[in-house]
Amino acid sequence: MALRSVRHYPSFFSIAMLCLIILYAPLIVVMVYSFNDSPSITNWGGLSLRWYFDVFTGPEAPRFRAAAWNSLTIAVLAATIATAIATAAALAMLRAGKFKGRSLTFALINLPLMVPEIVIAVATLIFFTMIGFTTGYLTILIAHITFCIPFAYLPIAARLQGIDGSYEAAARDLYATRAQSFWLVLLPLMAPGVISGYLLAFIISLDDFIITNFVKGAGMETLPTAIFGSVKQGIKPNIMAISTLMLGVSILFVTLSYLINRKGRQSP
Amino acid sequence: MAGAAPDSGTSAETTYRSARVPLLLPTWLVIGIFLILPVALMAVYSFLTKEMRGGVIWEFSLAAYDQFFINRGLFGDEPPSLEWTYISVFGRSIAQAATATTLCLLIGFPTAWFIATRPPATRGVWLFLITVPYWVNLLIRTVSLRFLIRENGPLNDALLGTGLISEPLAMINTNFAVQLGLFYSYLPFMVLPIYAAVERYNFTLSEAAADLYASRWVILREIVLPIVKPGIIAGCLLVFIPSMGAFLAPNLLGGAKNFMIGSLIEEQFKRSLGNWPFGAAVSMILMSLVLILLMLYARSMAKTEAR
Amino acid sequence: MNNAIDIRMVTKTYGTVTALKAVSLSIMDNEFFTLLGPSGCGKTTLLRMIAGFEDVTQGDILLFGQNIATLDPNLRPVNTVFQQYALFPHMSVIDNVAFGLKMKGLDLPTRTARAGEMLEMVHLSSFADRLPAQLSGGQQQRVALARALAPQPKVLLLDEPLSALDLKLRQAMRMELKQLQQDTGITFIFVTHDQEEALTMSNRIAVMSAGHVQQIGTPRDIYETPVNRFVADFIGETNLLEVDVASIAGDRAQVILPGGHAITCSTATHDAGRHHLSIRPERLTLVPLGAGMEAVVDQVIYLGTDLQVLVRLDGGTPLQVRIQNAARTQVPAPGSRIGLHLEEGAARLLAD
Repeated sequence: MALRSVRHYPSFFSIAMLCLIILYAPLIVVMVYSFNDSPSITNWGGLSLRWYFDVFTGPEAPRFRAAAWNSLTIAVLAATIATAIATAAALAMLRAGKFKGRSLTFALINLPLMVPEIVIAVATLIFFTMIGFTTGYLTILIAHITFCIPFAYLPIAARLQGIDGSYEAAARDLYATRAQSFWLVLLPLMAPGVISGYLLAFIISLDDFIITNFVKGAGMETLPTAIFGSVKQGIKPNIMAISTLMLGVSILFVTLSYLINRKGRQSP
Repeated sequence: MAGAAPDSGTSAETTYRSARVPLLLPTWLVIGIFLILPVALMAVYSFLTKEMRGGVIWEFSLAAYDQFFINRGLFGDEPPSLEWTYISVFGRSIAQAATATTLCLLIGFPTAWFIATRPPATRGVWLFLITVPYWVNLLIRTVSLRFLIRENGPLNDALLGTGLISEPLAMINTNFAVQLGLFYSYLPFMVLPIYAAVERYNFTLSEAAADLYASRWVILREIVLPIVKPGIIAGCLLVFIPSMGAFLAPNLLGGAKNFMIGSLIEEQFKRSLGNWPFGAAVSMILMSLVLILLMLYARSMAKTEAR
Repeated sequence: MNNAIDIRMVTKTYGTVTALKAVSLSIMDNEFFTLLGPSGCGKTTLLRMIAGFEDVTQGDILLFGQNIATLDPNLRPVNTVFQQYALFPHMSVIDNVAFGLKMKGLDLPTRTARAGEMLEMVHLSSFADRLPAQLSGGQQQRVALARALAPQPKVLLLDEPLSALDLKLRQAMRMELKQLQQDTGITFIFVTHDQEEALTMSNRIAVMSAGHVQQIGTPRDIYETPVNRFVADFIGETNLLEVDVASIAGDRAQVILPGGHAITCSTATHDAGRHHLSIRPERLTLVPLGAGMEAVVDQVIYLGTDLQVLVRLDGGTPLQVRIQNAARTQVPAPGSRIGLHLEEGAARLLAD
């Protein structure tokens, strides 16, 4: 690419690098300090894994273990259910012709993205309090399913939209029933979108703090609420170790999603 | 051919026509019961009377909105005047969100442009690098930022080490920290839609403009910006809206002085100290603002498409 | 029952738009039948209705005497070769070919054997385990054919299957398709907008336009005795002139050309008055002055195998003439006056 190309703007490269530095510097710093062998977060005391051991065996370990268990099981359940609901909705939106209320349904699906998170938190808290339903785990799960639906829906619908109708027509032409054509042809073709939707919903559920914090009730913790509780008293090294672990999980997921999407693009 | 006829449905596009209701029912039920109904209830709550121990008494009252907008003095006996306390919280939130959005745009646009003009192979890597932080827990990102910029944190250490400053900068618990936090939280939301718009941009247009004697920056202003504007607006909304209602960044980075709407609402639901109808009313006002913004956006998009 | 397909008064509407208007036609067993027309004429809609992908608004579709108009596609013993092939991208070539057999409930050894035979027939045996994306366009085309033929359908439907191939490959595939139809004895219904394709392969052609069948006939019928202006114009190149009819007797008419010359020709209409006359450019010959009509040469365009000569009759009516680019051909000079001779059958009077 020639320097004189109209695509080239001087300083844009530096700004893009600055952008990366801003995005990554805090994460890298925390990652590095999580290996600090010092009870103080200010001084560097050499490399060690002591804070990782502390996370699993230290005084706060049971609390974090319970919170992690809650977070993971809620994320798995919420992502699974939201993905199933979103897949069904995508089929109805894109493979069931035009119908009255289609754009209204589309708005409905995307509503959790449009209403500010804190408002959803308040509304959900009021709702559950009013019906006297404050079991913690289940209320969090229900709230997570609700706001995960659009996150699961978007990649699934995008994928489905790109699948030409002729594949299903060909399957039907070759004597497949409606169900066979779905399971043997359409679903495998949709798979990259479904998996992306699932991963996104999973991460969004794992990520949520505000809504969970409102509806969790007493005694119930997920990882973000537990970490928030700890951080309020100051950042301790074990929080940095937990953060680094969660960072690892996130990077694993985003890498998976990236690879699946790339594979999906290669075989349309 | 059928494809040419308007309104034509090929069979694949209507395969699930008969199953439409069962397929959509879960969505309607879940979002209807667990989002729309709660929001409607919240609207009702904002017109109820507060109960001292948190909760409500089922009696109609405008007290929540009265408290928000009207000042009747400490003992409620002064002539009513406009109450500035809460409006200024909104004003501050909007200002903070606007600053963060501007910062995101200033960094995000060049970044998006730069990525979109890479060869396809490297483009994927850049996009990947920009999206990774979006997948990282927001709380962890905010905590990390707090760790980095605190008074005796690594950033101050580094700056002191280079001799650029002689004593630590007070960054944490300032307005700036909140703006930085919001900027940091939502930067990927700015980059991605602008990237999508620039990727679709036909660079021949720039060449045509250059051929007609326009300079690089004139091309940017006269040709590129008007054409990628939808992407820029989408990016700005995606940053501005969550910033306005943000809770973590102001709470963890801003300290008590830099209170934003999110914290104001959260306060109202803390065990026994709260005022639920007032919290509901503030939420209603925030939601209305956001929905008005989104409607304006939808209308401007519809206009662009109609052209 | 000798007809493979009977289309009876089939109408198709989408909302307020009518795609097909009371179309009736019969396709015989073991026939290579082509639906030809410009895009939007309803040919693909008709094909998709035979396959079962579109509902019939009104009318019946009979397959060897059995009404299939309301059957689901998977219950119709017809198979389709799709325009973009629609090979399942997640299945190997052999799995694609065996898919229909599997759905019909054949056991694994039978379907593997049969799919293998089909691949052999299209010369792709060595590609059985590849994915469709790893094949060239021409190879995908053959897989699509093998897949559609594997279940031994009573009728094979082909939806512009050659349109995605490049010219050379397309020409080779025409012969292969024709051969395949003769070898298998299966009725082929072929949809295309390419008249050359239609003329070279078909036993019979139905020319369609605006939801109607304009004419059904052998390629020769369609080309040499078009019934109306649309058919004459759509098939091949022609000179269309507005002429006055002097007299009509049986299927012969006497017409007056612009410029005053009178000729006799075959006719598709029996009404006197003003009609269009079609003159095929290759049936016009240039002759020395004095014999027949006279014209002025405007321009000579070199086309390789042919020369296109643009001439102007007295009175200004332009005509194009095709002459072979042979060694002995004398190229007329622009501006010169020449004589024009109309061969027997060169002109045909058309209905509108």
